Amino acid sequence: MSLRAPLQRARGHGSAKEGVEHWWMQRLTAIALVPLTVWIVASLAFLAGASHAEMTAWIAHPGVGIFLVLLIVAVFYHAKLGMQVVIEDYVHAKAVKVTCLIANSFGAIFLAAICIYSVLKIAL
Amino acid sequence: MDQANRPLSPHLQVYRPQITSVLSIFHRMSGAGLWLGTVVLTYWLYATALGPEHYDTAQAIFGSWIGMLLLLGWSVALFYHLCNGIRHLFWDAGYGYDLDTAARSGWAVMLATLVLTAVAWTIGLSAGGGS
Repeated sequence: MSLRAPLQRARGHGSAKEGVEHWWMQRLTAIALVPLTVWIVASLAFLAGASHAEMTAWIAHPGVGIFLVLLIVAVFYHAKLGMQVVIEDYVHAKAVKVTCLIANSFGAIFLAAICIYSVLKIAL
Repeated sequence: MDQANRPLSPHLQVYRPQITSVLSIFHRMSGAGLWLGTVVLTYWLYATALGPEHYDTAQAIFGSWIGMLLLLGWSVALFYHLCNGIRHLFWDAGYGYDLDTAARSGWAVMLATLVLTAVAWTIGLSAGGGS
């Protein structure tokens, strides 16, 4: 029998009232992405074959640039959360799993930074 | 606890595929594919920011047959993930759990994926993409 207090075993493993955070943010970004996805796909379909001047003029429009940044944040947040669950479910070797989780987080944030930089560079 | 008599997950090799289970794994596969696809879209956006020459190069890649094929696959995955994601949101809200409804919403998702992909490509091709 262990003389350790239950708190010692629970510490670092249980809910710190953030247990639902991952689930909730995945849904919140999903709800945001429904209209944003329809908007971006429709817009890019209509802009297929556009010249560089036409494309940058569209991105530089304030109503477009703001929603592009919102889309980028929601997409990469959602992608990071989703891929995290996939890694946690299928990768079991601890070192590989942690490496994949770090690569997932850094990758999503890095791509988001490139995208936001690009939109700002075009729009401002 | 008797370990031997505990219930097992279905063995995928011998378990008849059902629309609910197949669409469930499609959701994950399409999500993972879309994550990878964002790398390509990020390249396109960055090329657009770099200037007309880089933009034209990126447009030429997307206009090639391999680029169009990748875009087609990516758009199917996107529309599937979008439609099935909405199906998931209804489940999260507590609706559509009985098996008949789950099967019917699954077929609806596949039909909507086909229709939305066809509509998007009709618009894209008539707007001058790929020419």
